[in-house]
Amino acid sequence: MATVPALLTPTGSAPAALATDGRFGDYGGRFVPEALVPACEEVERAFTDAWADPRFRRDLDRLLAVHAGRPTALTPAWRLSAELGVTVLLKREDLAHTGSHKINNVLGQALLARRMGRGRLLAETGAGQHGVATATAAALLGLRATVYMGERDIERQALNVYRMEVLGAEVVPVRTGSRTLKDATSEALRAWVSCADEAHYCLGSVMGPHPYPTMVREFQRVIGDEARAQCARELPTAVPDHVVACVGGGSNAAGTFAGFLGTGARLVGVEAAGGAAITHGRPGTLHGFRSYVLQDEHGQVGEAHSVAAGLDYPGVGPEHAHLADTGRVHYTTVGDDEVLAAVHRLARTEGIICALESAHAVAWVLRAATSGELPRGCTVLVTLSGRGDKDIATLMAARDGAGDVR
Amino acid sequence: MSAATVTGGALHRHLGSRAAAGRSLLVPYVMAGLPGWAELVGEFAAAGADAVEIGLPFSDPILDGPVICEAAERALAGGTTAATVLAELPGLAAQVPLVVMTYSNIVLHRGAPAFCAALRAAGVSGLIVPDVPFAEAAELGGACGAEGIDHVLLAAPSTPPGRLGEVAQRSRGFVYASAVMGTTGVREHLPATAARLAADLKALTGTPVLLGLGISSPASARAAAAVADGVVVGSALVRDVLEGRGPAEVGRRLAALRTALDEA
Ligand SMILES: Cc1ncc(COP(=O)(O)O)c(C=O)c1O
Repeated sequence: MATVPALLTPTGSAPAALATDGRFGDYGGRFVPEALVPACEEVERAFTDAWADPRFRRDLDRLLAVHAGRPTALTPAWRLSAELGVTVLLKREDLAHTGSHKINNVLGQALLARRMGRGRLLAETGAGQHGVATATAAALLGLRATVYMGERDIERQALNVYRMEVLGAEVVPVRTGSRTLKDATSEALRAWVSCADEAHYCLGSVMGPHPYPTMVREFQRVIGDEARAQCARELPTAVPDHVVACVGGGSNAAGTFAGFLGTGARLVGVEAAGGAAITHGRPGTLHGFRSYVLQDEHGQVGEAHSVAAGLDYPGVGPEHAHLADTGRVHYTTVGDDEVLAAVHRLARTEGIICALESAHAVAWVLRAATSGELPRGCTVLVTLSGRGDKDIATLMAARDGAGDVR
Repeated sequence: MSAATVTGGALHRHLGSRAAAGRSLLVPYVMAGLPGWAELVGEFAAAGADAVEIGLPFSDPILDGPVICEAAERALAGGTTAATVLAELPGLAAQVPLVVMTYSNIVLHRGAPAFCAALRAAGVSGLIVPDVPFAEAAELGGACGAEGIDHVLLAAPSTPPGRLGEVAQRSRGFVYASAVMGTTGVREHLPATAARLAADLKALTGTPVLLGLGISSPASARAAAAVADGVVVGSALVRDVLEGRGPAEVGRRLAALRTALDEA
């Protein structure tokens, strides 16, 4: 790659080839119109090839280091740990550029798009974090970006809309359905059908048609790989007893868990009570994949409702559905009130205002430490997927007792 | 190519014999649940439709453009469900075969075998599920076959030659040739991608090849009929319904398309 100079951060062993058919038990697959199948196949081929190419890995590692600021810190939550009687370690994705883990995936896909000769990125966004990350990566690599966003989210997230525009992206309002993330995702898929030859669909989580769930997990596994190595330095036991992450589409959780699936750590995924596809959904197909989906008794997809816009998605990545069925990961929910309380608790004890999404993981730790589900003296790794700057208006509205803080 | 191992059902035979007799096939789309939809099926049959597509609305239709998206939203807002529609179909005493078009979640929600059994009980003879591409179609195809439902597959301008052959061979009733890389919608002209795809498919199968997606006007229908065995027309008709036109008036638009095809 011409404009990204040689390696600064050495990587480990040669990358392994990736063999997958895109199925996770009964879930996953490629449920898209025939017209899109070749585009998905091309992404699959390009990703498989790139992921096994040490040069691609070096280029990506370098961008992650010098642009996104990786590795992110592992911060012991000293005061909170003392209060709870458990050792809490925070994986600080909030410190990554643009303020969340979304940048990890987007830099990978933007590099891939260039490798595939695509000059434009398409993306869906809900809260705007993935849209901002996509606009950022596009600017960095000299690509154009078109971001689909529900009209209601555009109203709720005006700041992120403007951030995208400053970064040079075009934000397209979506007026179908509930005018939120699920409709923006449908619209991005529709748009991709007509421009797949010149644009890459830069999907924002571990969902969508194969290869996206696998590819996005691989781009996010840097979270888990780093945390695993950092825990080995930080903890006498090397591996924490519990690993916790919030689950919207499931990308920060998938990336985190990827580093610990082979360990004895208990893995916990925390959904928003109002957007809990695994806890309250049924198997279905949405946006090109089979998984748990919130739906009514007739098979119409429901709307999710959470104080955290990034968790307002009625589906969940197919690998999570499978990990739930096999029992390897325990999925649970927390409600908006616990989440708001968790933001404030972490802010006061650790000096970190985390994103409302990330606060779901923190809230579960607070609850589990109180209930005894987390025994005294145990160790817990919590992924803080993002920072809370984007949520300040929501926090203020909640403080002022506004009825609808969503 | 080996001879097709699966024989078709009622839709397959009906369309096959009409096409063999030299007729250009016309398959209009009705969004079930919109005002007057049931009467519209009868109007379409009288106006020269060879089969009628019955759209079962879904909340997230990824192959549909603005017109059919809005139609689905309105139908759902009115309380339309697959069950209410299938319960009404037998009472229509439709004079032409009915083909249900819906999305995979609606099918999988009941399970493909139960859904196909319900179609058969309602007198439906074909099924189109645009978000189940060929590579994912084995289960659904089997369920359709077990109930004598013709499973219509889609091909697109982007479909590579090998898969085009498999789609052409496996599709029953007709082969749905996507005229354009895009969604359903109203378009002025027959897209340039249409003729090539239709010709490629016709070289691969004796099953009728129908062009759909964006065929709206008599002129584009006539152009499509010159290269394919007929057309599927959706958004242009659904738009009329959304704009408040009654079944008789929408039927007249279809009659104009019929005339254009017969002159072609
Ligand atoms: C900070 C943050 N965390 C989590 C999520 C949820 O996404 P995922 O479950 O894919 O990590 C989002 C999505 O916008 C987010 O912005």
